[in-house]
Amino acid sequence: MSSNILSSSIKNEEDNTNQNINNKKSFKLSDFYELLAKILFMICAGVVVLGVVVITVYIFIMGLPAIFEVGIINFVTGTKWIPSAEIFGILPMIVGSIYVTIGAVIIGVPVGIFTSVYMSEYAPKSVLRILNPAIELLAGIPSVVYGFFGLVVIVPIINDTLGGKGAGSSLISASIILGIMILPTIITTTKTALLAVPKKYKEGAYALGATKVHTIFSVIIPAGKSGVLSGVVLGIGRAIGETMAVILVAGNSVIIPTSVTDPVRTMTANIAIEMGYSTGLHQEALFATGVILFIFIMSLNVVLHFVQRKEG
Amino acid sequence: MSDKIKFSIKNTNLHYGNFHALKNINMEIPEKKVTAFIGPSGCGKSTLLKTLNRMNDLVEGVKIEGEIKLDGKDIYKDTDIIDLRKRVGMVFQQPNPFPMSIYDNIAYGPRTHGIKKKSELDDIVEKSLRDSAIWDDVKDRLKKNALGLSGGQQQRICIARALAVKPDVILMDEPTSALDPISTLKIEDLVVELKKDYTIIMVTHNMQQASRVSDYTSFFLMGEVVEFNETDKIFNTPQDKRTEDYITGRFG
Amino acid sequence: MFKWLILIIVLIALIKPVKYFLDNTLSVDTLNLISKFRDNALKVLIGLSTIFTCGVLIWIIFYIVSKGIGGIDIEFLTTAPFKDEGGVFPMIISTIWIVIIALLISTPIGIGSAIYLNEYAKAGKLVNIVRFAIESLAGIPSIIYGLFGLIFFVTMLKFNYSILAGALTVSIMVLPVIIRTTEESLKTVPRSYREGSLALGASKIRTIVRIVLPSAIPGILSGVILSVGRIVGETACIYMTAGMVPKMPETIMNSGRTLSVHLYLLAKEGISFEKAYATATVLIVIVAVINLCANLVAKFLNRNAEVK
Repeated sequence: MSSNILSSSIKNEEDNTNQNINNKKSFKLSDFYELLAKILFMICAGVVVLGVVVITVYIFIMGLPAIFEVGIINFVTGTKWIPSAEIFGILPMIVGSIYVTIGAVIIGVPVGIFTSVYMSEYAPKSVLRILNPAIELLAGIPSVVYGFFGLVVIVPIINDTLGGKGAGSSLISASIILGIMILPTIITTTKTALLAVPKKYKEGAYALGATKVHTIFSVIIPAGKSGVLSGVVLGIGRAIGETMAVILVAGNSVIIPTSVTDPVRTMTANIAIEMGYSTGLHQEALFATGVILFIFIMSLNVVLHFVQRKEG
Repeated sequence: MSDKIKFSIKNTNLHYGNFHALKNINMEIPEKKVTAFIGPSGCGKSTLLKTLNRMNDLVEGVKIEGEIKLDGKDIYKDTDIIDLRKRVGMVFQQPNPFPMSIYDNIAYGPRTHGIKKKSELDDIVEKSLRDSAIWDDVKDRLKKNALGLSGGQQQRICIARALAVKPDVILMDEPTSALDPISTLKIEDLVVELKKDYTIIMVTHNMQQASRVSDYTSFFLMGEVVEFNETDKIFNTPQDKRTEDYITGRFG
Repeated sequence: MFKWLILIIVLIALIKPVKYFLDNTLSVDTLNLISKFRDNALKVLIGLSTIFTCGVLIWIIFYIVSKGIGGIDIEFLTTAPFKDEGGVFPMIISTIWIVIIALLISTPIGIGSAIYLNEYAKAGKLVNIVRFAIESLAGIPSIIYGLFGLIFFVTMLKFNYSILAGALTVSIMVLPVIIRTTEESLKTVPRSYREGSLALGASKIRTIVRIVLPSAIPGILSGVILSVGRIVGETACIYMTAGMVPKMPETIMNSGRTLSVHLYLLAKEGISFEKAYATATVLIVIVAVINLCANLVAKFLNRNAEVK
């Protein structure tokens, strides 16, 4: 009984004693060290919060003036980006980012979920001993290496098979590379969620004579839904935020793509390509692109926060 | 009870939030004796034990009223928590040696309290291990990890670790419940040996253990002390019907 | 293009009604046959997906390493690049500098935050804010960090394009990794260790420093190792803050080009694909070694846990 309550928390010893017991506190050096340590750790946590706040504030401070100058409607719905004429419309980039991400999800999510089903339900220990490090390696390979691989392998293949305006540098190339890049994110999160589903659900389904496959797709995946979903959201976040790999394979033309073989430019690519030589309003417009990207990412974070809240 | 009083507990109440865990406890625990707390699970015996070295302070939402004095000084008002825990050692239900060498385990307490000299530490470590009757088992592997020992040995290391800070009182929270019968007997022998120098308060589920090792026994039920007396009297001529029922195994 | 998307959405929306229609019209035997077929189809998909995942990994590694390994020799690793000739020595040094400085900053802050969250903070609004901040930091894309580093460290604090600016920027980026792994490993330290130490009269901070942290070290270490991997692989934000001067940095205030940035430039500008393959191979080898180390450390952690 008492140990149950005790296990609830082992925190804030000094707070409790101060609140509940009339403790005559004489000043001691050790008390001072205790307080100092606590404050130090709090500052560390404060730095993290401060980091997010400062990053947000600076991106907005730098980006908002351009948005107001161009006009928010013009900026977001404008289809022309001609820095030399000070025409800044980022609709092609927004559409580019969304299309590329959708493509990555279409490729990465099913493959990722099926792979994690294999890993959590079918794979024997000996196979996992190889698969787990393989997925970790897939996660660890730098994005620029993926981009390079896309450039020397995927782009020529697309050019040979589908052709298109970008000679292979295209929406579909970017989607394929991003789809591969989000695999580890989806696999790890989904696998963890599926493994966390209580055994009794599975046993219940088996006891009713359900097949293994049926059990997995009708009981286990629905039970681990929020975990699977947060894996997908994390994957989307990674795809929409990816920069270097996309630049190397997407062609980067500022057009709204009408075919999967058209070249695209994403918001991230727009920033990275032009930041080096931009000045004045042009540079501010790039920060403004960052603001729009930031809003996309933060919305995803909020979605993720709620998905995980539901889980916990 | 003619013995000198070590702990004097008066009108003590303890709440965990809305739960009234200890109800108006009054008890005087004599020095250099073994006092056993018995009673069914959740009766408050462990809670009272943890109140004596203020381990309950760690729990959120705990509220303690009343007066608990150690050698005449109130442990909640007049005593520094660090000094209190130095004087009132504790041995837990599960042996919990730290993941370090046997030597470092024993020396952890003295080092915490400012003893850094190697020769002094060596002496303390040897004496504590001898006093807890495990010196011969481990003297050749003091630098080995304490987690490599058996459960019974680990528990004796934990006792030695408590002895090393030279406490007056040792609290034992079901110290043998995780051990095999042979290790249990060894710990019981050790407890009898230790009461020459220390006041020992022991929570136990094991009726035989209480009757074998303790001088005084206190029977708890639903947060109250039903009966507190010399162990012989509790087991042979209980005054309260409930005590008798419990001891004869009618409930528990 | 748009038409295709609509078609897909319509097809997905049709699944339910079609299924309902079939369930109510077909005989039980036919339905069983269909579900058997479906089971087998799913099994095939599960197998194919796993093979695809592994196949892609093997393909990428084999393709790049087989083309790159020939270009790696002592000279490549110890000389500076000159146009499409030379090696990657300055890039290795710049990368090491950035890794070291970033970790010197983020490791203590990350461990401190994790200790605060796990050992001190009570559940409540404050903790929720800190947790949301950590989630957000983990979600912010590298290019946004780059923008921030560019405006804050490079421009405002006048560090210019430098190793220091790059390291400071990535140090914020890897904080979530370090905090999460540290917190996870603090959670695995048994309560009984803390109780044992406190019962001996040790203070809370002594308990944390002497008992809790040492038990958590393998976990913390694997977090730090993973961060090294993140930093080595990072391109966008370093390219925008540390610059791309392919020379040996003399101080941390010099610009420096890391291996990843080097590979990006080689590939993007089409300078030398031969050198790009070799650089990519070096990166893959580094990442593989880092992952191996993290796994070995984790194994050590597990062995410790078993002794308990």
